[in-house]
Amino acid sequence: MQYDVIIAGFGGQGVMLIGQLLSNAAMMQGSRTVWMPSYGPEMRGGTANCTIIVSDEEIGSPVVPHPHAVIAMNRPSLDKFEPLLQPGGLLIINASLIDRKAARDDVDVIYVDANRLAEAEIGSAKSANMIMLGAYIGRTGAATPEIVKSAIAKKMVGKEKFLPANEAAIDLGMKIAAEQA
Amino acid sequence: MEKLLMKGSEAIAEAAVRAGCKLFFGYPITPQNEIPEYMSKRLFQVGGAFVQAESEVAASNMIYGSAAVGERVMTSSSSPGMALKQEAISYCAGAELPVVIVNIMRGGPGLGGIQPSQSDYWQATKPGHGDFHSLVLAPASIQEAVDLVMDAFDLADQYRNPVLILADGLIGQMMEPVTFRQPTERVFDKSWAVTGCVDRKPNIVNSLFLQPQDLEDHNHKLFRKYAQMEREEVRVEEYLMDDAELAIAAYGTTARIARTAVDAARTEGIKVGLIRPITLFPFPKAAFERYVGQVKVLLDVEMSMGQMIEDVRLAVHDRIPVRFYGRVGGMVPSPGEILDQIRTLAQEVSQ
Repeated sequence: MQYDVIIAGFGGQGVMLIGQLLSNAAMMQGSRTVWMPSYGPEMRGGTANCTIIVSDEEIGSPVVPHPHAVIAMNRPSLDKFEPLLQPGGLLIINASLIDRKAARDDVDVIYVDANRLAEAEIGSAKSANMIMLGAYIGRTGAATPEIVKSAIAKKMVGKEKFLPANEAAIDLGMKIAAEQA
Repeated sequence: MEKLLMKGSEAIAEAAVRAGCKLFFGYPITPQNEIPEYMSKRLFQVGGAFVQAESEVAASNMIYGSAAVGERVMTSSSSPGMALKQEAISYCAGAELPVVIVNIMRGGPGLGGIQPSQSDYWQATKPGHGDFHSLVLAPASIQEAVDLVMDAFDLADQYRNPVLILADGLIGQMMEPVTFRQPTERVFDKSWAVTGCVDRKPNIVNSLFLQPQDLEDHNHKLFRKYAQMEREEVRVEEYLMDDAELAIAAYGTTARIARTAVDAARTEGIKVGLIRPITLFPFPKAAFERYVGQVKVLLDVEMSMGQMIEDVRLAVHDRIPVRFYGRVGGMVPSPGEILDQIRTLAQEVSQ
């Protein structure tokens, strides 16, 4: 079984971070995993993205031209990666910042009002990425919420006071994924 | 052993420290900057030293000096920076100095680009001026990079010769789980090092031999070492080769991508395998030669215009036709592109 996902957004939205958390969680649950970033002369406000693979078996290509899932944090990311998604794949759209619906009708779509919910429900707009990650693991089962939360805890040594908010954001994302099933 | 999720460049740097590397000299260039960055923080914790040199030329001469006094030392760079380091690497080979060098390749020629490439195969395996070889190790995963870096320090000391880690930008930039094994703690004779000559004859570390006969003897001595490497240090991975009628030759990240294509082709009933050289010098000639008579076509796949293909052709001496597929400039081949090539060859072979 192999899960792969491209997480994309603009700089500062924490796309690289949630990718690393997912990869860390995968490692902690004993899976094979690769985290591969786009790198280069990225422009502020442009798209940054990373690819994460979680697998039971040795991972061949770290390059995934047609992923099984895309998490789009902003409109340019949706425009760029929606066409590449596998038929039957999963598209998670940050509805707070993206003013259009999915164009594909052959994929599973979850709309997450991530920025608004992060402020209203979690108390910090910075948690939008965690809500998106929660929705992803909730729908796919690529990692359990418990392991993702311990990956967050490991990453946040010295910043434990932010842990409850991040855990709540993961739970909220999972709830949204379940509601839209 | 604890597993850590680490970026390739940082894992390479940590592996070097654990192998006993105390000194690092470098100069910034993308996509390998995380190596010097990591070393600048880490080496102080183990009583070592880090210097950001004024140029690549200076950095590579600093490793010459450090190796000459018997320390474990490393430098790293990326393609155009490596060109600048070649002069001192030749001096290291000539003076028989154990140094470890990491090249995280980017696209070229010239300043090229900063995205992944394998266009330094020639620069790595047919390097610099004068008759010499570096021992060249090409990892395909972060774990393998870590293991090879640790081996590199032992191999450099054993052969008193430069050892080069040749990886592409993807290996440098991506993250995978790694574990660090204990260093071997093999002890190497360094009585040749220039450590101060109180109560003993001075040691001389030098690559200058003005008498032609002396220099010829020295060249023959060096080539006895390379011959020993060819006998004892060849490393290669073969994947699904037992019944293969087609075989892909690829190294580094390209080999991983090819492996995914091989798996896909196998589900279509195509008998294809993969030969992945891990040492590029010494090149695993026998692993290719062995399939003369079994494999009908070899497909060499690289992120270059075709460099390793020359060694593949030499290994099989035209007894297997060798085709080529490559992407360059920072473009990374997809598994689908390689699968298409395999399908075309499979059709050709069946006709």
